[in-house]
Amino acid sequence: MNVKTANADHAMTTDPEPKPDPGPMPDQPAADTGLPGAPEVHSTLNHGDNDNIDATTATRITTKDLCVFYGGVQALDNISLEVPEHRVTALIGPSGCGKSTFLRCLNRMNDMVEGVRVEGDVWLDKQDIYQPETDVVELRKRVGMVFQKSNPFPKSIFENVAYGPRLSGICNKAELHGIVEHSLRRSALWDEVQDRLNDSALQLSGGQQQRLCIARALATDPEVLLMDEPASALDPASTSRIEDLIFDLRRRYTIVIVTHNMQQAARVSDRTAFFYEGRLIEAGPTKQLFTAPKQKQTEDYITGRFG
Amino acid sequence: MTTDANARRQRYVGIVSRVFAGACLLATLSCIGMLVVLLWSVVSEGAAWLDFDFLTSFPSRFPDQAGIKSALAGSLWLTGLTALISLPLGVGAAVYLEEYAVQSRWRKIIQLNISNLAGVPSIVYGILGLGLFVQTFALGRSVISGALTLSLVVLPIIILATQEALRGVPNSIRHASYALGATRWQTVWHQVLPASLPGIMTGVILALSRAIGEAAPLVAVGAMAYVPFVPASPSDQFTALPIQIFNWSARPQPEFHQVAGAAIIVLLAVLVTMNTLAVFVRYRYGKRIRW
Repeated sequence: MNVKTANADHAMTTDPEPKPDPGPMPDQPAADTGLPGAPEVHSTLNHGDNDNIDATTATRITTKDLCVFYGGVQALDNISLEVPEHRVTALIGPSGCGKSTFLRCLNRMNDMVEGVRVEGDVWLDKQDIYQPETDVVELRKRVGMVFQKSNPFPKSIFENVAYGPRLSGICNKAELHGIVEHSLRRSALWDEVQDRLNDSALQLSGGQQQRLCIARALATDPEVLLMDEPASALDPASTSRIEDLIFDLRRRYTIVIVTHNMQQAARVSDRTAFFYEGRLIEAGPTKQLFTAPKQKQTEDYITGRFG
Repeated sequence: MTTDANARRQRYVGIVSRVFAGACLLATLSCIGMLVVLLWSVVSEGAAWLDFDFLTSFPSRFPDQAGIKSALAGSLWLTGLTALISLPLGVGAAVYLEEYAVQSRWRKIIQLNISNLAGVPSIVYGILGLGLFVQTFALGRSVISGALTLSLVVLPIIILATQEALRGVPNSIRHASYALGATRWQTVWHQVLPASLPGIMTGVILALSRAIGEAAPLVAVGAMAYVPFVPASPSDQFTALPIQIFNWSARPQPEFHQVAGAAIIVLLAVLVTMNTLAVFVRYRYGKRIRW
């Protein structure tokens, strides 16, 4: 598997093959964990001063007692979480536990659901985004989102990536071209599409389309990137490319990724939060959560006893 | 014994199946047959009278001098004005109902009303047009009155077709646009409308091709039968192809029936062209958009 990333000493390049979906493996106690069946946390991933979360890491997003109701049904119950800057925070948990709902709160995409009610506070850099005066349009330019199933517009590759900047009023052709190239390079797609920017985006493969959606989100120069199971619809090769991309991107962006794949969370993230039935059970540095979780429920989940 | 009964039942089912298939085939052939007979009778009667003079002469008392210049011009005027009026109104209404309106009882009532209006006989619109445009608005028996009345006829069709086209755009596209920091207006204008354009254009072309064939509302509004001039402005009097056909068919001389046949051929040719255009648009632009 050929991985082209700028980061040459990234552990993923030497990884033989991507791990399958989580399942209990009681016969193989994983390295770096004291728990049988828990996914491996690559020690190299969490080494280096870039990866430790210490007191000097700023917090980008803070939620306090966040509750979300869809009609009469409560989807999130008093979630208080801090998302550190320039790190990857993974949200894990079984289906229906509210992780996607939480993610959508961070850029107010939940506003579009009819009958939704949000209580509590969400701060982006000391700014409460649920205040009435908040400019939601500006917020969504600062907090970008990549969806589970890639959804490129039925237009050319260039037009897809240029859409965001055009919305901001940029119409200079040269400037747009520069932004498009920049974004496509950042999402590791430039080499494959540079000579066919005017082709329809729908002709790309699934993995390429998802990288195009990432480039599209990056084109607005966001501070935070929200990813809702970005690789769940992709084959393992494309998945690992996306994971490499995420690892590269976090040097410039703050990333929050929802995943139901625990091994992916273990591979890619610096901090992990475990959700269950709308509640935040535990959140902490990835290595610590997967090797020595504090809550029994967390331990049960990561060792595959349920979910 | 039971095998005997089974065999009989099998034969019975076999016969019924074949009869059913045969009946369906007969129905199809009847429809096609009726169409073929209609076309044949029209073409055989009118083809001889169809020549360039026919297209460029005004109607006259003499069948060999009669032409459809004014009727054709009137129909073109009407189609153009109707398109101009009903397109923005229809597409705008559909966009509002699909993209902006909240799901409420009022919206359901309005939606039901529009669906019903699409089935109202066009003569009713003609009478409405007579009272509203010709008399109350004092526009007189002019092209603009006819166009406004025809707009009422085709508006529900355009609204429904546009709504269908808008619904065909998946929500994931809208969400992707919102997530990039677009307002609802920007999302509709830049993403939803362009993506639904083939469906909208098909609906508009089909609606207009219906308008061009309408006679009843135009008669009510006062399209003249003998119009020896081409309308020069929207306030001029006018006639239209269906009116002219009706007028000629009603005359006692058999030659005029054949002249009417020729006019029918022209009308059919225009309709076929428009429908072919609709199919072409849908095919060519629908190909680009595959979800």
